[in-house]
Amino acid sequence: MSWVGDNSALIWEQLREHLYLALIPMVLGLLISLPLGYVATRFSWLANPLVALGGVLYSLPSIALFIVLPAILGTQILSPVNIIVALTIYAVSLLIRNVIDGLRSVPEEVLQAAVSVGYGTLRRVLTVDLPIAIPVIFTGLRVVTVANISMVSVGAIIGIGGFGELFTTGFQQDFLTPIVVGVVLSLALALVCDIALVGLQRLLTPWARVISPLKEATT
Amino acid sequence: MIEFEDVTKRYPDGTVAVDNLSLRIPSHQITVFVGPSGCGKTTSLRMINRTIERTSGTISIDGEDINSKDAVTLRRGIGYVIQNAGLFPHKTVVENVATVPKLLGWDKRKARSTAMELLERVGLDLKLAERYPAQLSGGQQQRVGVARALAADPIIMLMDEPFSAVDPIVRNQLQEELLRLQRDIGKTIVFVTHDIDEAIKLGDHVAVLRVGGKLAQFAPPAELLANPVDEFVENFIGKDRGYRALTFVTAEELRLTDVPAELTRAEDGSPKGWVNGSGELEPVGATFQRGDSLRAALDAVLTSPVGKGVCVDESGKAVGVVEYAALAEAFRP
Ligand SMILES: Nc1ncnc2c1ncn2[C@@H]1O[C@H](COP(=O)(O)OP(=O)(O)O)[C@@H](O)[C@H]1O
Ligand SMILES: [Mg+2]
Repeated sequence: MSWVGDNSALIWEQLREHLYLALIPMVLGLLISLPLGYVATRFSWLANPLVALGGVLYSLPSIALFIVLPAILGTQILSPVNIIVALTIYAVSLLIRNVIDGLRSVPEEVLQAAVSVGYGTLRRVLTVDLPIAIPVIFTGLRVVTVANISMVSVGAIIGIGGFGELFTTGFQQDFLTPIVVGVVLSLALALVCDIALVGLQRLLTPWARVISPLKEATT
Repeated sequence: MIEFEDVTKRYPDGTVAVDNLSLRIPSHQITVFVGPSGCGKTTSLRMINRTIERTSGTISIDGEDINSKDAVTLRRGIGYVIQNAGLFPHKTVVENVATVPKLLGWDKRKARSTAMELLERVGLDLKLAERYPAQLSGGQQQRVGVARALAADPIIMLMDEPFSAVDPIVRNQLQEELLRLQRDIGKTIVFVTHDIDEAIKLGDHVAVLRVGGKLAQFAPPAELLANPVDEFVENFIGKDRGYRALTFVTAEELRLTDVPAELTRAEDGSPKGWVNGSGELEPVGATFQRGDSLRAALDAVLTSPVGKGVCVDESGKAVGVVEYAALAEAFRP
């Protein structure tokens, strides 16, 4: 444990880095999937190819992407941009399906009512479609976040920040403590982020929590 | 007045949903589009707020072509109610009702207070205002749907089978309340239903459509019952149309006879029962008032143990009775 005390500054730094590397792609992925998903619901022939493409991209091995991307992007091999781009690609490939499913979960009569009472398209999408799609989108967001947190550790193999560095340190020095600390902290971080997302979702969708419809005899 | 002139709707797949419809929908009244499923009622209705664009012809509101302003502006001035209400599940009841006022840019407080007034007006318990739609019964949701449609005080309200999905008792209540509400607000209401009884009950005018989107007959309900233009309309109206037509004849002219001694009355003059041969009291049966229909009078006669229907005044006091003979006179054309 004294090792943790001695290295607390380093661990905090790595925590910050790990979070940053995992969450930025999550946010970027969401920002890209939302308009893409919307377009796919407008032009429904686009939906299946997009989801299929997402499946293919997601199956690419991460370590390969981390190494190939610098060649494509012209970045340094050690640049965190590679990780961010790679994880954003994974995020989009997962989220696209949830965004499409989420937007499709908006009941037809609700859409019809929204148009009929005089919502313009943009306003309708932002204030009716999207809020109703939140539960389905958040399911994807949680998977992406946990997956990103674990994949950031892989980045350490090629020498980019986060708790993964603890693993590399541990292996190099044949010393178990940093590895254990790294595993525990990654898990804890994933758990905390997941709980935070669940909390955020509950905050955003108070209406989805009304469990047993309280139907009164009086009408 | 909403005027359809030679309006046709052909969907991209070639289906002609509405064929050359010409129709004048009078202001401040309820006009019902009725017809079998798939005859183009919804299409006709939704062409009015341009959620479906017609293929040809013109539709105008008070002389102004509905294409003269943009569709979104047009829709904010037209209330719209659908089956299952189509409430926004993520908004509370009061937020649902305040939707159009907010779209129109009213300040929050005014939008909210207007919404509360309307909820009260449609008979919703205000305790439910902060609930979400999923926490309401079907009938309650439908009331909220009507309140939402009326929130910005539109001149027109479009209703597409609004009461089809609720049980018969609640449907009946909602129909009565719509009629009561309409007496106060006098909107131009276009109401779609596949139920001819609902059409006859609610409509000041009824447009019967046949499959293929053709207008079969456009008339007040009494006229429709008395003179269906063809076999299709007659079949669609169904059985008992002669009997149902009695709803539209008042009992005003009916010849009454004096209240006989066998009708026991309470101190205030209200009927208590008929005394039969063995001196026992039998129930009065249904009663009717002068302003009611012949149907009510006939019902009073049919439910009376002695074949005499009791007519009462506003206060419930028996003022006379009607016998078969007097009814038969009234039925004679
Ligand atoms: N979007 C559409 N595309 C093609 N055909 C349609 C569409 N909407 C309705 N129809 C067809 O048009 C006809 C009239 O439909 P509708 O107006 O919904 O009838 P109703 O409301 O009287 O049941 C039906 O034959 C229906 O199948
Ligand atoms: Mg319909």
